[in-house]
Amino acid sequence: MAFLGAGDGASLRWHDGRTVAKRPYAMHGYANPARFLKIARPATAWLLGIGSLLLLVGAWGGLTMTPPDYLQGETVRILYIHVPAAWLGMAGWASIAAASISQLVWRHPLAAVAGRAIAPAGATFAALCLATGSIWGRPTWGTWWEWDGRLTSMLILFFLYLGYIALASAERERGGDGRMAALFGVVGAVNLPIIHYSVLWWRTLHQGQSISVAEGSSIAPELLWPLPLTMFGFTAIFAAAVLMRMRAELARQKVEARLRRSMAE
Amino acid sequence: MNQWAFVFAAYGATMAATVGLVAWAYWSMRGAEAEAAALKRRP
Repeated sequence: MAFLGAGDGASLRWHDGRTVAKRPYAMHGYANPARFLKIARPATAWLLGIGSLLLLVGAWGGLTMTPPDYLQGETVRILYIHVPAAWLGMAGWASIAAASISQLVWRHPLAAVAGRAIAPAGATFAALCLATGSIWGRPTWGTWWEWDGRLTSMLILFFLYLGYIALASAERERGGDGRMAALFGVVGAVNLPIIHYSVLWWRTLHQGQSISVAEGSSIAPELLWPLPLTMFGFTAIFAAAVLMRMRAELARQKVEARLRRSMAE
Repeated sequence: MNQWAFVFAAYGATMAATVGLVAWAYWSMRGAEAEAAALKRRP
């Protein structure tokens, strides 16, 4: 489904000529891809630039300027990339769930596009979380992998991403509206609280929460400072990648709509 | 066991995957937008 113009003021007009009534929700103001692209184009470059800068400073600081941990030694530096990867793996699915609800309930026209754009980036960071955790685990725990609650639920999240990507692609190829993928996105969100509380429910190998909104951080400040930099850096790069994928998808929809129209003429 | 080898492996994998993700997203966007622009110019 691709949007073409503003219609007659009370409705929105699509590439295929159909019109839908405007809905009184603020977010539908951004249902117009032209308006969305006006913001997305400069935002992509800014997010990429600021994200790269923050990431480079944070990673450099984490590698060269922080002291080794008294227990973990040098491997504590993996924290600066592992924690953002875990955050983005989970935040990615939370965003897919939000986009899916927006698609199912309000039929927001960009929601399916957003969901499909988020999934590869989320899958990449979920995989990175597993990989960096495994690399950290070998010298620290003495094992690459353990069927611990946190690790297993994170692995399930990665498989959920793969399932979502496959389902959304299949639906798109068949010309569907992406409703099945949206349902899958909402149902899959059940895994998020399981990941979050897994360290409390199953006290096995993975350590508990070190940073919380209510209780602050139990990490020493001299070790902690690069973490917000890499967190914001990776998040900005993630957002830039999602915007680029959304722009690609909208351009592709435009091409398909034009080809359909020219074939019909 | 050299701990730095694990640190560099983790950072290397993360940076490679991040750069790969951004490059893939960028080139797919560039390709799709160029195709849309070319089609728009076509009479």
